[in-house]
Amino acid sequence: MSTITIALSKGRIFDETLPLLAAAGIVPAENPESSRKLIIGTNRPEVRVVIVRASDVPTYVQYGAADLGIAGKDVLLEHGGAGLYQPLDLKIARCRMCVAAPAGFDYQAAVRRGARLRVATKYIEVAREHFAAKGVHVDLIKLYGSMELAPLAGLAEAIVDLVSSGATLKANNLVEVEEIMPISSRLIVNQASMKMKHDLIQPVIDAFAGAVP
Amino acid sequence: MTARRWLLPEAIEDMPPAEARRVEALRRRLLDEFERHGYELVIPPLLEYVESLLTGSGGDLDLRTFKLVDQLSGRTMGIRADITPQVARIDAHLLNRGGVSRLCYCGSVLHALPAGLLASREPLQVGAELYGHGGLEADMEVIRLLARALEVCAIPAARYDIGHLGIFRGLARRAELDPALERDVFAALQAKDVPLLEALLCGAPEPARGGLRALPELYGSRNILGEARRILPAWPEIAAPLDELERLADALADLPVSFDLADLRGYDYHSGVVFAAYCNGHPGAVALGGRYDKVGKSFGRGRPATGFSMDLREIAWLSPAVPSRAAILAPWPEDAALHAAIQALRAAGEVVVAELPGHGGTWSETGCDRRLVQRDGQWIIEALKENANG
Repeated sequence: MSTITIALSKGRIFDETLPLLAAAGIVPAENPESSRKLIIGTNRPEVRVVIVRASDVPTYVQYGAADLGIAGKDVLLEHGGAGLYQPLDLKIARCRMCVAAPAGFDYQAAVRRGARLRVATKYIEVAREHFAAKGVHVDLIKLYGSMELAPLAGLAEAIVDLVSSGATLKANNLVEVEEIMPISSRLIVNQASMKMKHDLIQPVIDAFAGAVP
Repeated sequence: MTARRWLLPEAIEDMPPAEARRVEALRRRLLDEFERHGYELVIPPLLEYVESLLTGSGGDLDLRTFKLVDQLSGRTMGIRADITPQVARIDAHLLNRGGVSRLCYCGSVLHALPAGLLASREPLQVGAELYGHGGLEADMEVIRLLARALEVCAIPAARYDIGHLGIFRGLARRAELDPALERDVFAALQAKDVPLLEALLCGAPEPARGGLRALPELYGSRNILGEARRILPAWPEIAAPLDELERLADALADLPVSFDLADLRGYDYHSGVVFAAYCNGHPGAVALGGRYDKVGKSFGRGRPATGFSMDLREIAWLSPAVPSRAAILAPWPEDAALHAAIQALRAAGEVVVAELPGHGGTWSETGCDRRLVQRDGQWIIEALKENANG
């Protein structure tokens, strides 16, 4: 029997995907927050869910270790998207990718001057592409977390980060100076799976498409 | 740190005997099969001046090509990243045939950037190309030849996915997209990235816009061709490619064929029908092919062209393992009767290995499972039983 594997990450994406899965008639047997299992069965014997780190979802799907996955646009842009189909914007886990700087910093003037800007971010590809399109030279500093600290500690002049409510920026006396793009989660599909398991995958895509808020 | 000296560069690998044997067996089977279909083997050079190597491929191959400077001429040479343009050059310039030429090839190519996941940077490219016939018969022939090739390699559950560049080009022309935007739309269609596609097409005129927007969903069994006729604008430049796909669907009805109108490749390279083969156990296509009628033109002689190629390393990985080598160990042949016995065994296709003195106990690891021994004046074969002392 042919089976399909769906790669999901714990937390917000998992929670907001549950209604979509339900629309496709798929109910995970366990909640990853409580179970610690990495492979979770569902009410349908031919469908299983694997729990991976958000930034690993495209990799699992690209290598065919999972047939489908749900990944944020931010993660997909860093990954590059090679070898993946991205047919649906699921409009879940929404936020925005922004440039932020300390409240007193004149970002527009710094950009106009044409000097090099030091930017700290986890999203190297997005930041590189954004500043290249503006014709601004930047030195990118890769960080893995707590980006807000970088300008305060003198590591960088600005940061590129995901902003949801803006509360963390505010608490650290930073302001959003430019929105790069809105971010939401996408359904991604392995290209060979789309061809080889079309009968199993297409109904899931159709059900998701019908259930997108 | 001296241990690192022996490590190979990333995505470059050795082929140990068992794998080399498998690859070579498949290479022979494929080239023999191509020959029986009338495809003549050509062996283009490993490197050429980049101008001719990259002709007609557009930018796709440029970044993927290793380059060096020719000390004789001062010109830049490239190590081929794809043999197909070389074969097109041979057809256009060397053979100058008026009618059809059928050519095949097998050789290593180098990729500065790996073509895909887990892909080697030194694929062993094998393929077949058909020049000089613009009709659909050529497309049918090469798709059938590909199916036969995968059958010969015992690739499990292969499927063939067919698309047509003509539909995209027809819609894009009517949508009056500027060239940069057209490339972005092409890339969005390749990824079936519908949200991006909608954003890119927001200024395009209907009904071309609606047509391009519908392409990512037009994939599946041949029923989608009828659906495409219903959804896409009824322009002759759209109807003609759909007619071609219908004819292919009829002609190839015995193969597991599906269609994907957004499966686009080779923006600068491909022209009409394109196809890809998929199989169980591989996350991407195992073979790619299609029409590239314009490429010969850049070599000064426009010729209809279609064909396919695949990486023999990947194919070998997917095809069932061949039985390992079983050899017969024979004493060093100083005796005429022994010599004759060995010759007879080799003539019958057996592997006979001469036992060089002083290596007792090590012959099993070279694949020997039997030995030639003299019993009552006769050379006969017995099972080889080795222990550590020989």
